[in-house]
Amino acid sequence: MKPAPFGYADPTSVAEALDVLAAEGDGAKVLAGGQSLIPLLSMRLAAPTALVDINRVAGLDRISASPDGVRVGALVRHAHLLASAEAAAVQPLLGRATANVAHPAIRNRGTTVGSIAHADPSGEMTAVLAVTDGSVTVARPDGSTTVGWRDLFVGPLETSLHGAAVVVDAFFPALAPRSGTAFAEIARRKGDYAVCGAAVVVTLDEDRRVAAARAAYLSVGAMPEVHDLTDAVGGKPVDSADWTAAGELARTLVDPDGDLHASADYRRLLVGALTARTLAEAAAEAERRTP
Amino acid sequence: MTTKYFGEPVRRREDARLVVGKGRYLDDIGADAYAAAFVRSPHAHARVVDVDVGPALDVEGLLAVYTYEDLTGPMAEPLPVLIPHPQLTHARTGYPLVKDVTRHVGEPIVMVVATDRYVAEDAAEKIAVTYEELPVVVGVDAAEAARVLVHDDVPGNIAARHHQETGDVEAALAASRHTLSFTQYVERSASMPMEGKGVHARWDDADSSLRVYSSTQASTSVRAAIAAKLQLSLEKVEVIAPDVGGGFGVKIVHPWPEELLVPMAARLLGHPVKWVEDRREHFVSSAHERQQRQEITVGYDDDGRITALDVLVWHDNGAYTPYGIIVPINTATQLLGPYDIPVYRAQVFSVYTNTVVVTPYRGAGRPQGCFAMERTMDRIAQERGLDRAEVRLRNLIQPDQFPYDWGLTFQDGRPLVYDSGNYPAMMAKLMALVDWAGFPARRAEAEARGRLLGIGMAPYVEGTGPGPYEGAHVQVLGSGKVLVSTGLTSQGQGHETVFAQLVASELGVPMEDVEVTTGDTRRFGYAVGTFASRAAVVSGNAVALAARGVREKALRIAADVLEVDASDLEIADGVVGVKGTPGATIPLRTVAVLSNPLRYAFDEAARQATQFAGTSDDSKPPVSPGDAPGLEHTDYYSPIRSTFASGAHAAVVEIDPATWEIEVVQYAVVHDCGTVVNPMIVEGQVHGGVAQGVGGALYERMAYDRDGQLLNASFMDFLMPYASEVPPVDIDHQSTPSPLNALGIKGAGEAGVIPGSAAIASAIEDAVGRRIAAMPISPSELYDLVRSPSAERVINSSPHETGAMA
Ligand SMILES: Cc1cc2nc3c(=O)[nH]c(=O)nc-3n(C[C@H](O)[C@H](O)[C@H](O)COP(=O)(O)OP(=O)(O)OC[C@H]3O[C@@H](n4cnc5c(N)ncnc54)[C@H](O)[C@@H]3O)c2cc1C
Repeated sequence: MKPAPFGYADPTSVAEALDVLAAEGDGAKVLAGGQSLIPLLSMRLAAPTALVDINRVAGLDRISASPDGVRVGALVRHAHLLASAEAAAVQPLLGRATANVAHPAIRNRGTTVGSIAHADPSGEMTAVLAVTDGSVTVARPDGSTTVGWRDLFVGPLETSLHGAAVVVDAFFPALAPRSGTAFAEIARRKGDYAVCGAAVVVTLDEDRRVAAARAAYLSVGAMPEVHDLTDAVGGKPVDSADWTAAGELARTLVDPDGDLHASADYRRLLVGALTARTLAEAAAEAERRTP
Repeated sequence: MTTKYFGEPVRRREDARLVVGKGRYLDDIGADAYAAAFVRSPHAHARVVDVDVGPALDVEGLLAVYTYEDLTGPMAEPLPVLIPHPQLTHARTGYPLVKDVTRHVGEPIVMVVATDRYVAEDAAEKIAVTYEELPVVVGVDAAEAARVLVHDDVPGNIAARHHQETGDVEAALAASRHTLSFTQYVERSASMPMEGKGVHARWDDADSSLRVYSSTQASTSVRAAIAAKLQLSLEKVEVIAPDVGGGFGVKIVHPWPEELLVPMAARLLGHPVKWVEDRREHFVSSAHERQQRQEITVGYDDDGRITALDVLVWHDNGAYTPYGIIVPINTATQLLGPYDIPVYRAQVFSVYTNTVVVTPYRGAGRPQGCFAMERTMDRIAQERGLDRAEVRLRNLIQPDQFPYDWGLTFQDGRPLVYDSGNYPAMMAKLMALVDWAGFPARRAEAEARGRLLGIGMAPYVEGTGPGPYEGAHVQVLGSGKVLVSTGLTSQGQGHETVFAQLVASELGVPMEDVEVTTGDTRRFGYAVGTFASRAAVVSGNAVALAARGVREKALRIAADVLEVDASDLEIADGVVGVKGTPGATIPLRTVAVLSNPLRYAFDEAARQATQFAGTSDDSKPPVSPGDAPGLEHTDYYSPIRSTFASGAHAAVVEIDPATWEIEVVQYAVVHDCGTVVNPMIVEGQVHGGVAQGVGGALYERMAYDRDGQLLNASFMDFLMPYASEVPPVDIDHQSTPSPLNALGIKGAGEAGVIPGSAAIASAIEDAVGRRIAAMPISPSELYDLVRSPSAERVINSSPHETGAMA
């Protein structure tokens, strides 16, 4: 379990990183925290011609929270985001989800942006990016663009980014007024990738009735999907909304696969149970945040 | 008075070194060594048609490539069958490198040696092997069906038919008031030590000798195997087990191909060579355990007392039988547990499959046996409408029935005779510890919270400390340091501490003065190895005997010097003194100096032992006839047969009916390993065992597909419990000393793992009311079970309903 030979560059600016990536062509890979990439290299499941290590690039390790949302730089480690009260105040899902990413040692090294660039449908942050309707900023030799999550994820472990591209940050819009969120997942062992997880947002109207309910799931599809569950609970006051019915609706909307750890049916069961549980929790929070 | 060591919770002295990273493991040795890597079979069953090493030859840094064609003499013969058995009629083993047919994914086909491991893997990747794939056998059911043979010349895939009985079981079943029959399965798991295997070999050309470090549980026997296979004289080979990061059984098997090939290469290349197993290799080329299908028929009376038991076990031994049939013999004989069963028959079919070999993993067949027996007890209780504890109590062997001779043969080839025990008292302790009688109230409380709670129990009896022997050497140096060595190896159990405690107690010296070495053939050449919960029993008694020998000699010499009778002397804190006479003393280190009459005074201490120092009696030769210089003694302990430890576990599980997640919320253990040398170490062994028991029950499974590919050969997908999945363990001790050895010790190493699956299966069954007939079980499988219309419904009687419990 030793990687095949590869070239290595550790640029100090995004521009320099893009130069190296452009020069190397498709065989090069960005290295961030390495918590996903290095195991793939060691098992020789990936054999990039070169690694472009962005850890020395200045300015990428910042979290900036504004009333619009939270911008998370490419070198922000999971642990940093988890500890950020400013980020949690603007978008509470960030802390709630990050707490479920792996184990402390991995959170100290792995990056939130890396986990989005990795596009793992079992990842917490891909689901959070989706349910918050977030985007990433992509630097390319010809300039920077904003890519919305729907355009970013194209398949399991696959994004639309090709060639010389560095994701410099991810942007998670702020939680809207009269809204609440919740996150829950079920993993075989504490810290494992989830067998199933749910990230939800519930928004109330001015009469404290459910105006919108939407959910994104982990380990359920080939890439993050957001499902609108408003039909099951819309217009209902929080305490009389039938969250179980929303869970039932969610079960009909997803199409999970089975694997070694869980059958497709079991995942569907969990989608129902987690949906009901998290929506109720998110709605309670939305009530508290509704004047 | 000397500090008391024996029986005290002395802190493990090896831990300071190990936890701060100062351990010296195999990979810490020989940074300049060449590295070996292997091309391993990607197919479960295939003929190797061609090996083309050509493309690898231009990899810079490549030093050598070896295939079967390069093996000569005994190296070209099959690997040994370590434990032959008359009923193992079709033993088969592989070759160090595949000769023409590979029989499981992971078998080594080519060894590559290069300047480092990276280069070795680069070269290995370029070697092109052409295979002709053959049909594959996976699982005991397919092995039994035998539509495909793993070995052409082994009919029915049957390696061994093992059969033992204590009477006419068919007649006894026919005469039984009730009978029931059922079939159940246990899946594959594995030892999975943190440190995989590893070998470092250094050939000394001038001396024509070989030094091998191996991460092994049996260095003396590895040494003998290497000498035999490489045709070296035994004294030219030394084998050392450095710090070993866990074994749990997989490292008792030897010689592994790498243990022969790495020394061979070191000798041929005239340069140290090292191979460190990586995790992926460990999954597919080390050993697994546990898979069985069990067909059980039991006869019993109205009160739930067993009148006859008939067990048929289909045991998956993997592709080869290097370790014989020890595992299924353990299942067949240890299944009986603490119960008085009048007529018993066990039949085992040990069968070949195209999977990794099956050899002992902590518990070694006993967890499966316990699962068979305890699930039987649960079924009898359910059928009779009795409390599960009550049925067990009614069937126990009583304290006055010891020694209890089963009339069967144990895995050590000796009669299966339980030496001592007190099973009713043990069960009473367990029921108090887990509050068995109070459980219905807890269940009701959980139900109110929307949770399902279940309880299960499983006692066991474990044969421990088998022979043939272990030995030990104890020596007091002129510095006062006491050197202890035993040939048996350590993998983190705490041997350094326990053996030092024994020597400090026997000899009357401070523990700090005692230094323990294990598993180094330079220090002690005769040994068997670390397995079957035998270190404290067999080496422990040998160490105590050796220390006693030193003590006797010390007293004899001191008696001469102090001109008193040896029986008037005592040793405390490293000083020999006359009982009741303060002042008349001589330090043990001085006795050590005097024990070795000298001509040359190389240091201050030595002066006292030279010819003009006036310390010797000139009417006698300096060394008396029959005596030897030096304050040292070697002794051996060879047990007449195994000693039988016992215990009982109870588990409480809580299940969320919305998600079917299973949490073990309480785990209680009563443990009886006879006299305890160090209760802290025994508890640590129990904790680790319970963790592995939980793993076997709820998490671990080797997921082979029908093509013999292991789908979860990584720690990402082969789930071992983390600390977060292991419940707190409540332990209560009972001590029924063994009458078989002077210290009264029974083994404690494996016990913790044995009843895990049985107790947890019982608890889950109790919680959900559905029959559990296969383990492990995941939440996803539990969900399938509870909604399957064909799942058998099960109702346990609570203690209150039968009124059986006090
Ligand atoms: C034992 C273990 C358990 C884990 N459990 C979880 C879990 O429960 N949930 C979870 O979400 N993750 C889990 N992870 C993965 C972890 O969160 C990773 O840190 C994360 O997925 C990737 O982040 P990284 O910074 O380590 O990226 P890297 O490993 O460095 O890179 C991952 C991929 O993203 C690309 N990449 C990274 N950064 C950029 C960038 N700025 N621009 C363009 N491409 C980029 C790389 O080229 C590579 O292809 C686990 C990892 C381990 C080892």
